[in-house]
Amino acid sequence: MELEFIDKKELRTKLKELRNSGMDFLRELIGMDWGDEGLGVIYLLENSTTHENVGIAVRTTDRKKPTIPTVCDLWKVAELYEREVYDFYGIRFTGHPDMRRLFLRNDWVGYPLRKDYNPSEAINPIRLTSEPSEDLQRSYEIEEEKEFEAIAKRENFMHVDEYVINIGPQHPATHGVLRFRLALAGEEIRKIDIHCGYIHRGIEKLCESKSYPQLLAFTDRLDYLSAHQNRHAMCMCIEKAIGLDVTPRAQYLRTIMDELQRIDSHLLMLSCAAMDLGALTAFIYGFRDREKILDIFEEVTGGRLIQNYNIIGGVQADITPGWENKVKEYCTYQIDKIKEFEDLFVNCIITRNRMRGVSPLSLEDAISYGATGCTGRAAGWACDVRKRHPYALYGEVEFKEALRTHGDSYDRMLLRIDEIKESVSIIRQLIDNIPAGEFKQKTKPIIKLPEGRFFAAVEGSRGEFGVFIESHGEREPYRVKFRSMGLPLVACMHKILKGCKIADLITTGATLDYVIPDIDR
Amino acid sequence: MEMKKPVIKSIPYEEFKDNETLEALVKELNKERTNVVVGALDDLINWGRSNSLWSLTFATSCCGIEFMSVGAARYDFARFGFEVTRNSPRQADLIMVAGTITHKMAPVLKRLYDQMAEPKYVVAVGGCAISGGPFKGSYHVVNGVDKFLPVDVYIPGCPPRPEAILYGMMQLQRKVKVEKFFGGKNIQQDPREVRREPITVTNAPVEGCEKCEG
Repeated sequence: MELEFIDKKELRTKLKELRNSGMDFLRELIGMDWGDEGLGVIYLLENSTTHENVGIAVRTTDRKKPTIPTVCDLWKVAELYEREVYDFYGIRFTGHPDMRRLFLRNDWVGYPLRKDYNPSEAINPIRLTSEPSEDLQRSYEIEEEKEFEAIAKRENFMHVDEYVINIGPQHPATHGVLRFRLALAGEEIRKIDIHCGYIHRGIEKLCESKSYPQLLAFTDRLDYLSAHQNRHAMCMCIEKAIGLDVTPRAQYLRTIMDELQRIDSHLLMLSCAAMDLGALTAFIYGFRDREKILDIFEEVTGGRLIQNYNIIGGVQADITPGWENKVKEYCTYQIDKIKEFEDLFVNCIITRNRMRGVSPLSLEDAISYGATGCTGRAAGWACDVRKRHPYALYGEVEFKEALRTHGDSYDRMLLRIDEIKESVSIIRQLIDNIPAGEFKQKTKPIIKLPEGRFFAAVEGSRGEFGVFIESHGEREPYRVKFRSMGLPLVACMHKILKGCKIADLITTGATLDYVIPDIDR
Repeated sequence: MEMKKPVIKSIPYEEFKDNETLEALVKELNKERTNVVVGALDDLINWGRSNSLWSLTFATSCCGIEFMSVGAARYDFARFGFEVTRNSPRQADLIMVAGTITHKMAPVLKRLYDQMAEPKYVVAVGGCAISGGPFKGSYHVVNGVDKFLPVDVYIPGCPPRPEAILYGMMQLQRKVKVEKFFGGKNIQQDPREVRREPITVTNAPVEGCEKCEG
């Protein structure tokens, strides 16, 4: 992957130019610590119509008070991305309206992803006292005379006359440990303040001290409902770097598994959405069907939820005799059951009333927020990585990219059903033609990536999942960054829920279908 | 009257592992004789309690999905008396710590535990809750919930299979049976431990933030 380094002072003009020339999708914003060369940020941009990619990088040598101009007015998602970089690297983005930590506690000392971070327990012990919620937005501005000397401004986030309630982190409808602070006017939502990091495990930092085959285990545990796809992305990125071709048999197996995983995830989404709206029976239906997929996984991989199936150069194990028939049987079964689910839940008047027109996301916002996956496609954005940058066998199989136009909660749910049908059709095309041959290739016992930067992306169950690796030729990566599928979805909640009722927050959370460990990493 | 061996219907007594721990507990409780009436009442109450263990819905990551599977159609833990999950700690008997506990989550979990009514139990589900699991060594992961909570049952796995979760919960049922409800409880939280400070929302700069700003 090529990067163009530009000077900090020209950054905004350059990025504005690119933005106006059609690079409207900020794929990734990566904080970097290049040691003596300073701290920096990498921007990966994509043109949402031509799918052309550009990589821009910027550096600052000041380690004490590093500042970089913000881009959150160009791409809305940058607001959270920049907060993440601030949290991990301490880079302050000048002009950013709200420079608070995103993942770590407010009273955390140090910036963990810096190379000189001190992980000692003495500095950051396990604090059992409640975290003081700081109701202050900080922003930094550049003073004209003193060049790039940032001055801080403080502002209250929630106003005194606003009625503020707290939802989460332990709340059944947040699907994990996400925390919202809501400012309400009666039942109407005025403002949403999102607190992430309750399941931040520091995977990216851990990766820097592990060898490449060891990294794979972490990817399954990011978004456990797209375990196969995540691991697929990681394997693809490493294979791309070392120039390893995967055998056709392995490609077939990977593609089939990815699609089964997608069905699995969408079924879970549908059943949980039903549960959140109070339809517990529909929850049971979804889980009943999901168990069938887990059986299929278990037979080949040995794992139910986390399968550890893809490895560098292929897949872990070959399929068992007769497995294809089970998959085919399942496909027939699922199409039948989806009909039942549609009749009972999707076309139900209660569901329609609670979902139709709720929290619509416009196409423009979807791109600006980088909300990929079903959320983006429900808004009409053709953002499927399988079509944009075909990988594995997606260039060869025939499938339709399901799109809808309203972008509301109901469309997001319907799109999942469309995708399940599409996935079944992909599996049906592949399952009878699995070529004979090796299912994995031998790799060297110690894998070293050549120096450089590598990026690979797959279509995960809820959006684009990307893996970025910077290698300095060592056994361990220098920097690993995962493009979270859920963070952009959470970022757009503030926009789409403003003015909605508080009960719609539950519906929206269910249909956006974020997975918190994927957001927090 | 003597306390009996904790027998539950679902699995024969001999097929359980770690019977010794429970037998040691029974022995200890039998040192002091119990009044027949009180003992019989104890038996009755323990029978009821062990067959209606309600857990708090508390899941942070992967293990939570397996916990949902246990609640759904195929595994259906309602068969064994874990009838419902509760969303409020006030109504829950046990907390299933399913998933990694991070530095930011630890005070929240402690608060939830403190909010639960006695008698209460903690089940550590999965490698992360037991020891930090694959994330041991991370700057933001607590290496095991037993660092700050008394754990009753550990269920290993990454994530544990639904069968394992059911087995672990049955072990808890047996543990509940070995308890004198009228006085002499096995576990009780020291009231001095329970913090009662409120969560503060402040518009004054927090100390740590200033520190790292340098």
